[in-house]
Amino acid sequence: MSKPKVAFYWCASCGGCEEAVVDLAEQVLDVVGAVDIVFWPVALDFKVADVEALADGEIAASFINGAVRTSEQREIVELLRRKSKAVVAFGACAWLGGIPGLANLRTREEILAEVYRDLPSVADGAMPREEVEVPEGRLHLPRFDEDVRTLDQVIPVDYYLPGCPPPVALIAQAVTALVEGRLPEPGTVLAPDVALCSECPRRATKPEDLKLERFVRPQEIVADPETCLLAQGLLCLGPATRAGCGAPCVAANMPCTGCMGPTGRVRDQGAKALSAIASLIAPSDPEGVAKVAEQILDPVGTFYRYSLPASLLHRRVGTDGGRPAEPSEPVAAAGGGEPR
Amino acid sequence: MSEARTIVEAPRAATADRFEPRIVAFFCTWCTYTAADLAGISRLRYAPNVRVIRLMCSGRLDPQFVLAALREGADGVLIGGCHPGDCHYQEGNYNALRRVELLKRMLRDLGLEEERVRLEWISASEADRVQRVCNEMTERIRELGPLHLSVPGDGHRRAAVAREPEPVGGEVG
Ligand code: SF4
Ligand code: FES
Repeated sequence: MSKPKVAFYWCASCGGCEEAVVDLAEQVLDVVGAVDIVFWPVALDFKVADVEALADGEIAASFINGAVRTSEQREIVELLRRKSKAVVAFGACAWLGGIPGLANLRTREEILAEVYRDLPSVADGAMPREEVEVPEGRLHLPRFDEDVRTLDQVIPVDYYLPGCPPPVALIAQAVTALVEGRLPEPGTVLAPDVALCSECPRRATKPEDLKLERFVRPQEIVADPETCLLAQGLLCLGPATRAGCGAPCVAANMPCTGCMGPTGRVRDQGAKALSAIASLIAPSDPEGVAKVAEQILDPVGTFYRYSLPASLLHRRVGTDGGRPAEPSEPVAAAGGGEPR
Repeated sequence: MSEARTIVEAPRAATADRFEPRIVAFFCTWCTYTAADLAGISRLRYAPNVRVIRLMCSGRLDPQFVLAALREGADGVLIGGCHPGDCHYQEGNYNALRRVELLKRMLRDLGLEEERVRLEWISASEADRVQRVCNEMTERIRELGPLHLSVPGDGHRRAAVAREPEPVGGEVG
């Protein structure tokens, strides 16, 4: 029996997820030895044409990390979708939009103007063009889309591996399950469906009925290493974040920022986290409540740090008349995949 | 999902030159909803733009409800509960206040005008206040104009939704 084929791809991401795959390879060589990697741009020299040459559905699983922002990313993930039995959204960016998803606070035009024209370090202010003629022929750049999208806003996704990056133990479990053909129900998030507090070593010190007069930031206090961080006034999102990471941030005295995403019944991670934190505010009069609330300087960056594109509102509204355009037609449909 | 969806999807009755806003209201059953009932019994007319959803208590207001209403087509969201000290469940309205305050701060950073979300304490006897608040809010949202969101379809969430049969709207009581 031939080994199952797997592919890895990255979209709008930082490279941390790729690092997690490398860590996995070191720790569980037998698992990796049991599969045949057919595409992995970061590490192996396969071409898009190699993937195109495969039969539809021939890849057992594609692990795709990163949010989707460009025509090239759309083109490749659509190709991988066609060629794969299962697609796994790998990491917070692919599942929820991740840190790159915070770009949805700005319009495409604002971002291009800032980066290519307004920054003090920009000299000539040339805007990138999607097509340019040079003596050798015509060159193409991928299109920079209107907004950042989650993977499942672009292609159907079978499984989600949460985390920034996903914990190696969860990746190993997922790969093993795939290799052994023990596939969970499609749509499953491959992590425990409980809140982080339930596996937090500080859990015993979390008060039943906590009320806070003041929120503090990590640099403002020396946090006690054993007491629940939330009880110390730090914005720990543990109560509204999925478990499965083993709480390494909390162990390092840093509050949870929510990278493992929401639990199963939550539709909008930021709204749910906001709800959990808001109910801890001690005052009950409007001025008192406002005083405590304003200590959360950046509510979007705090509550939607990893999930703005997946949120109910998806992006900031209004900055461009409230109507960011639909992304242009996928390039693949227009016969893409040529010059690469 | 049914209730919220049908309520918000009702077509905007726009006359040629006037924008008719769609406003979703979450009223607690013990005070504001009763006041709205009383307004009806007393034949007090108020803007038909407000579609009321009854909650047991304003403390049941999950901020997801507000965002879901906006996503499904509401131009504004009104929340009504008992006056401070009068909540049937003692503290529910204080939690509503805390959530709405923080939510409004976040919505401001997401580009929404402050007045699109409004919290009011209205007791069971204040039918006239229901009338005034609904009319005021309708006028204000009319001035602001429609809310245009740009959200990608939920098409590819099929699988995930099948396993989690209760999207946020389904919890709206
Ligand atoms: S709030 Fe944070 S520190 Fe406290 S128990 Fe939960 S995860 Fe641990
Ligand atoms: S019952 Fe009316 S606000 Fe709680």
